[in-house]
Order: sequence, then C-alpha cells, then structure tokens
Amino acid sequence: MDFGLSQDQQMLRDAVSRCLADSSPLSHVRECAERDNPLSDQVLQALNDLGVAGMLVPEEHGGLGMTLLDAAVVAEQLGYAVAPVPFLASQVLAPIALRDAGNEEQKAHWLPKIASGEARIGVAISETIEVRDGAGVSSAAGKLNGTALYALDFEGADAYIVADSGSRLHLLGAKASGLEAIALTTIDRTRSVGELRFDGAEAEPLADDGGATVARLRDAGRVILAADSLGAGQAMIEKAVDYAGQREQFGRLIGSFQAVKHMCAEMAAQHEPCRSLVWYAAHAFDAVPNEASLVACHAKSHTAEVYRFVARTSTEVHGGMGFTDLLGLHYWFKRIGFDRQVLGGPEAVRAEAAALQGWTKAA
Amino acid sequence: MDLNYGPEYDVFRKQVRAFIEAHSHLAPPSADRAAQPSSKAVEWQKLLIEHGYAARTIPQEYGGYGAEPDILQSRIIAEEFARARVPGGLSNQGISMFVPTLLELGTEEQKRRWIEPTLKGDVVWCQGYSEPGAGSDLANLKTSAHIENGEFVINGQKIWTSTAKQADMIFCLVRTEPDAPKHGGISYLIFSMDTPGIEVRPLKTMTGHAEFNETFFTDVRVPMHQIVGQRGQGWFVANATLGHERGMLGDPDALENRLQALIALMQEERLGQGRAIDNPVLRDRLVALQAEVAAMKYNGMRILSNSLRGEPGGMAKLIVKLQSCELAHQISALAIDAMGELGILYHNSPRERDGGAWQWNYMFQLGLIIGGGTAQIQKNIIAERGLEMPREPKTADMARQKQGAD
Repeated sequence: MDFGLSQDQQMLRDAVSRCLADSSPLSHVRECAERDNPLSDQVLQALNDLGVAGMLVPEEHGGLGMTLLDAAVVAEQLGYAVAPVPFLASQVLAPIALRDAGNEEQKAHWLPKIASGEARIGVAISETIEVRDGAGVSSAAGKLNGTALYALDFEGADAYIVADSGSRLHLLGAKASGLEAIALTTIDRTRSVGELRFDGAEAEPLADDGGATVARLRDAGRVILAADSLGAGQAMIEKAVDYAGQREQFGRLIGSFQAVKHMCAEMAAQHEPCRSLVWYAAHAFDAVPNEASLVACHAKSHTAEVYRFVARTSTEVHGGMGFTDLLGLHYWFKRIGFDRQVLGGPEAVRAEAAALQGWTKAA
Repeated sequence: MDLNYGPEYDVFRKQVRAFIEAHSHLAPPSADRAAQPSSKAVEWQKLLIEHGYAARTIPQEYGGYGAEPDILQSRIIAEEFARARVPGGLSNQGISMFVPTLLELGTEEQKRRWIEPTLKGDVVWCQGYSEPGAGSDLANLKTSAHIENGEFVINGQKIWTSTAKQADMIFCLVRTEPDAPKHGGISYLIFSMDTPGIEVRPLKTMTGHAEFNETFFTDVRVPMHQIVGQRGQGWFVANATLGHERGMLGDPDALENRLQALIALMQEERLGQGRAIDNPVLRDRLVALQAEVAAMKYNGMRILSNSLRGEPGGMAKLIVKLQSCELAHQISALAIDAMGELGILYHNSPRERDGGAWQWNYMFQLGLIIGGGTAQIQKNIIAERGLEMPREPKTADMARQKQGAD
C-alpha cells in the first residue's frame, strides 16, 4: 500500500519543475502574454526534450504509454509555473481520443507526430457539457455544420478533434475548407482557446462508441484542470507566506498578525486534501474505472471552490501589491479562474456527479 | 500509487469479516458504550480484546492482545467494523489518552495496576485538564496541590470533565511547584473520584444535555506516589496524550458514516411531491460535501502511507482536526436545512427525525470545533508549525518594545 507518487513520478515532477524554472520564468510569461498567440515555442521545446509530448501516446506509436497520474504531475507543475504552453488538449485529450477511438490509420498518422512534438491537435468538447450562445455541431455524411466554442490549445493546432451533438468525435485539419477558426481572448493569457465555425467542413469521424470516449475526455480534462489549479494554488500560497514573512507594518512582520496568519492557514488547510483528491482522481482514471467519472467530478468541482478562495485570499495577503501588475500574481489568479470555468463550472459538474449516482430524476 | 494492502492483508481482512459475521449478534447498541459501559458492552470489549480487535497492540502482560503494531491491520479493523456498522471496542478518554500515556511514561507498577481494568471497561477515567481560566492557554492552570504530611492536597476547579459523574478515577493536571515557570510547575496526578473533597456538578450545554461537568476540589488528599512522571513534568506528560486526542477527533470513517446518513435522509425526506434530494440547491450542497469527505478520505490514506514509510504526517496531518470538525458540522447543517421547518424539532417532539440527532450533532459539533484546541489555535499551529510563519510576539516582548518606544 502506497498512497502517493512513485519514485519515477517524483523524478518526473522534479525534472519538469526544473525545466520550467529555467525555460519559463515570469519575465518570459509576461512576454508571451503580450502576444496574440501566447503559446511559447521555447517552453514547449524544453518540455518536449523531456518527452512530455508523448506521455500518453502508446508505446507502439512512439510514445511513453504513461498514465493520467503522470500527466497530472506535469499539469501541477505547469500550473505552478503558469507555463504558457499547450498541454490539456494537445498532449492529454487528443492522444486519449485517438488511442481509444481512432482507427488504425488515424493512430498511425497522428500519434507518432504527437509524441515527437511535430503535430498538435486542439480539442473542442464543451457543448457536450453545456451549450452557450446556441453553439453546437451537427454531422451528416462526413460534413460538420455549426459552431464549437472553446477549442482548447487553439493556436498553432494542426488539426482539431470536435464532439458533435451526439457526442461523437470528429477529426479535421486546421486548414480544412468550410472551417473558420476564430481566436477568443480570455483573462488567462497563458492559454489559448478559440471558436470553430463549420460550414459543411469535411471531417473524419472517430469510432461511434455512444459517447464513451467523450466521457473519458471529460474525466481526463477535469482531472488535469484540477491538477493545474493545485499547482497554481500551491504557488499562490507559497507567495503569500513569503510575502507575509518579509513585509513589515506597525513595526512587525505582517505574518505575525493572526489575521494574516489565519488567512494563510485556511488556504493551507483547504489546499492540502486537494492534493490527495487530485492524485486519487488521476489514479482512478486508469485503475478504478467504476469510480473514475465521479471522483473526476469531485476533483474538478472541489478544486474550483478551494482555489477561487486561495486566489483571492493570497491576493489579499499581498495587500495593494497583490492587486498590481508588478508582482504578476494575477497570472496565477487568472489561471485558476480559467481552470474553474473550463469543462464545466462547479455547479454543472456537481449536477453531473449527482446524475452519475442516480440522484437526479430523469429530466 | 498502490492501493492494495497486499495478499497477507487480504487474508487478515477476511478474518476480521468472518469474526464480525459470526459475533455481531453479541455487539451492544452504541448507546450502551456510553460513559459507564453496560455489561453487554463490557463483555463485547473482552471478546474483542481476546481476538485482537481492541487493545490490539497493548502488551499481554497489561491485558492487551499483544500484537506488533501494524498500521494497516489497525486500519482494516476500523474499516471493517465501520462497514458492517458494528461497534468496535470501547473508546473513552481512559483508553485513548490515559493508557497510551502510562505505556509511555508510567512506572511498571502503574501499568500493571491500571491498564488492564481500564481496557476492560472495569475502571472509567475522566480527564482534569481545562479550567475556567485555562482553556486554549492550558498551561495557565491554577488548580494547585501543596504537600502536607507526605500527601498532595489539591484545591481548585476543573471544567469540561466529561464522564466525571461516572468515572472511577481522574487523571489531572495540577500546579505543584508554584514558583516554577508556567509550563514547569505542573504535575500529572491520578486519583479516585471517591476521594473526599471532590464535587461534580453537571455542566449543561447548548444541546440541553449535560455532556460535561465542572469538578471542584477542596482539600483533596492524594498520596504522593499517585503521579505519572516526575513532579513539575506534568505538562510534558500531558502533551504525550493531547496528540492522541487530536488524532481521535479526525476519523475519516466517522465522516463517511455521517455523509451516508445524510444521503439516506435526503433520499427519504419528502419535500412537496418529491424528495429533499430532488431540490437542486440542496443536492448541489450535498455533492459539494461529498467531494470534501472524499478529499479527507484520501488525505487520511496519504497520512497512513506516510506513517508506513516512517515519515511524519506533515501538513496533511496538521489540518485534520480543523477540517474534519468543520466538515462534520456542515454535514449536520445540511441535514437540518434539508428537513426545512421539521429541522428544528427537538426535545422528543412529535415528528422529530432520528431522535433529534441532527440538531444535537449540529450543536455538539460546534463544541468539538472549539474543544481540543479551538479552530483558531489550530490555525496558529498550521501557520507556525506547518508554514513556518513568524510567531506572535509574546506579551512580555510587546511590553518591552512599548517601553523602548516610550
């Protein structure tokens, strides 16, 4: 019995952490955030050198065949460093979609390229969770029509995997005719999302599995977003504690005031169990299939609440400085804000968790 | 991540299950395990010790089962009894706090005299720590013992002495060295509650019940050998057991059981044409609490793993008391809200649910948030020990600083 990260996972964590400390300091994050396309080739290259791109690609297709817990370990470090790189869609969801629902040709074409970092695939499945602005994609005779909001890892994608309104996945090139791709700008300038408009765009379907793979993508995506917030929250707590240990007012370190100390203690007390919850949810995705969806919902919704609290509280501990651009604390605040909304805000996710347990009367 | 306990533990788990199946008809109702255990509860306790499901790691010469400490076996026993909803061994302050203290710091004679009858429910203990003027600042206690004719003579008052009425004995902190510094003048005495000069008055709480007492000492004479540790070392002796109390208050199985009771309540409770759980707002709160209980469950598994590796519990452990007590309180709060107007029924009212247990819990759990180190003290501990934040300046330092400024 060992509840925790294996030695390999701890080494992976440390390697990614060092890699990001070198390749993605806050000054670089700032530069990227000023650009239209914030994604950083430099950081991506550094991570690819560690093999991150191929983590979830099966070994027979040139990848490392690792688990979602391994990916969550990386995601936590990406959140900790607010790293401006594509990951959730291109290195987690796309390889899982292709691995589980791709045909042999699709796998053989795309998976090795994902593993080598040559190709990146964005993923748009938000309408299978909630429909906003009347969005939605219909498919007929190999053609897509309609709109998919929130294609994740949008900029620089070579292709997109899109869910239609029947929860079937389709794959199409970024330059396919009948596809118009429009970047969206969010609070979080370290990630890239966009809108895909289809007007009879030709796309290859993935397997018709009754929505099973889309459900897996939701689970995986939620765990990875929770892990990202876990890392971002860890950073915000450390920064608050450091700041409170340096800043003096009224002739004392502000961290010696109980009002400030208790804010930090409350953050730590809520943060710590999240680590265990995220680890378990990631582990369950591969190892405990009957619990995977529920615990992914729990991880996503609970971290959304905890890290909203951490994001605002850490900012408050920093006082006026926390509110400025100077410290850059807001990059973490916004990263956490992104993680909360994407792939279902906590209310939507909890409603799904209730439905999974048969607590909701059939609508 | 390996959540399997391993084949030898699977065998152990089967044994525990088989025992529970074969013997659960002998188990007492949980009310029988109250302060003064019923004879059925005492018999059950003896049976459990005999099979190693209570007092498992206490040496045989002191009346325990004498197994080597094995965290996973202990965990399996707790899990299986909780799962079967069969009460485990007796749990009281004598067993959870006094026995571990004696094992660690008692004399051989004290161990032989007290541990076995305590384990078997024949001797019930109460704890005399807190005083009206010594709560969070426990070391400020004023109950004193001076020495007269080779005996301690105790005067003063204790508060929050749960089970004082039923207790045969008390383990008690008193100031024996009035001139020593605050923490260094305290001794840990043990004496009979029948000693002349002791008066116990029930302390009625907001629940309407007297779960606690106030205990008054007037010239209570105690032989000088009835001390654990040396004179003046009582603070350190007591601290060995406070750790056990904090551990006791954070029990993931207990949270899980409360949550399951809440889920059952919300599925049964009618609300209009449907059930309480059909209300989307109440259901949303339920799922949010379920996620928190899950987080605490896995946090518990992480602490367990740390112990198995011989590592300290760290932050994962420091936060348990604060988070678990609050979560238990929130579970009761939702149960009350889910019952709507019926949620306030109490005092054996018609239409009351579960004997008023949810309201009782809701109020009593607020007491647990305060007791055993208030939530605010817990936050100080998390901040200062866990996050290594600067300590509060001592009042004396502040006075000196003020003088300097003047």
